[in-house]
Amino acid sequence: MIVPLGHVFLLAGITFAMGLVCLVAHRNLVMTLIGVEVMMNAAAIAFVAASLRWQLMEGQAFVLFILAVSAAEISLGLMLVISLYRRTGSVDPDRYDILKW
Amino acid sequence: MSLYAAVFYLLGIVILTATGLAVTRRQPVHAVLYLIVAFLGTGALFFLLGAPLLAAFLVIVYAGAIMVLVLFVIMMLQRSPRELGLLSEWGPATLLGIVFLAVAVAMVFKDPGSGILLKGAVARPRDFGRFLFDRYWLAIEILSVLLLVALVAIIQLGKRRDCEESEKFPSPHPSPPGGEGEGEG
Repeated sequence: MIVPLGHVFLLAGITFAMGLVCLVAHRNLVMTLIGVEVMMNAAAIAFVAASLRWQLMEGQAFVLFILAVSAAEISLGLMLVISLYRRTGSVDPDRYDILKW
Repeated sequence: MSLYAAVFYLLGIVILTATGLAVTRRQPVHAVLYLIVAFLGTGALFFLLGAPLLAAFLVIVYAGAIMVLVLFVIMMLQRSPRELGLLSEWGPATLLGIVFLAVAVAMVFKDPGSGILLKGAVARPRDFGRFLFDRYWLAIEILSVLLLVALVAIIQLGKRRDCEESEKFPSPHPSPPGGEGEGEG
């Protein structure tokens, strides 16, 4: 394995930036959640690379925690999207104007 | 360039291409399908970086469970036609991403430790599990409580009480036909 550490971090950084763009640019709440998933995936790549660099297993333990938190987050987020959809009939955040007088 | 390095760069290209295609799709179903490819590539990358148990977990949890959950939710929702023809947010979002990426790249390559070659090592699943339950058993228990709390919250949110709420808060946008009754069986 002769890959420099910076290249793995670069891969994680590019993936994270793509998730950020997806989070900001889309106007569909499901795509927003997908962007969050991509960002968590990038963080997991960086953690595994750091774990290999310092030969410590703590990084992999953190990736396991990221997996569990991400599962909880995506399921709760999707349930919120469904709840909002039932209430307003749309998944477009621009149309949530119930509070507007 | 050794075989491992070649495999790493190949996997990197696959992950970046699949993720880039996923975040630019307008149909969420296509995005999810591309994202499954990206997650499978990430699982292979974890295997290459010496985490076989995490690779298995990633394929099972991310590519298997979460993406299927997202697909089911997409099937429950009806698309609004406004999402299709709008490009105005892409400019600022891409600018933000590029600025973030430039800062991150500068920080990574300014660090002298970034050129260190990674040595191959494998955390065997048995060792990893023993390490985890030796030192981080409390965090594992807290995680299980977190998942339980999320489950309770989801059940509470998913309960149907729209008959009385539709009288209290009349929705300004009439809900599309079939959107209310079909999702939960």
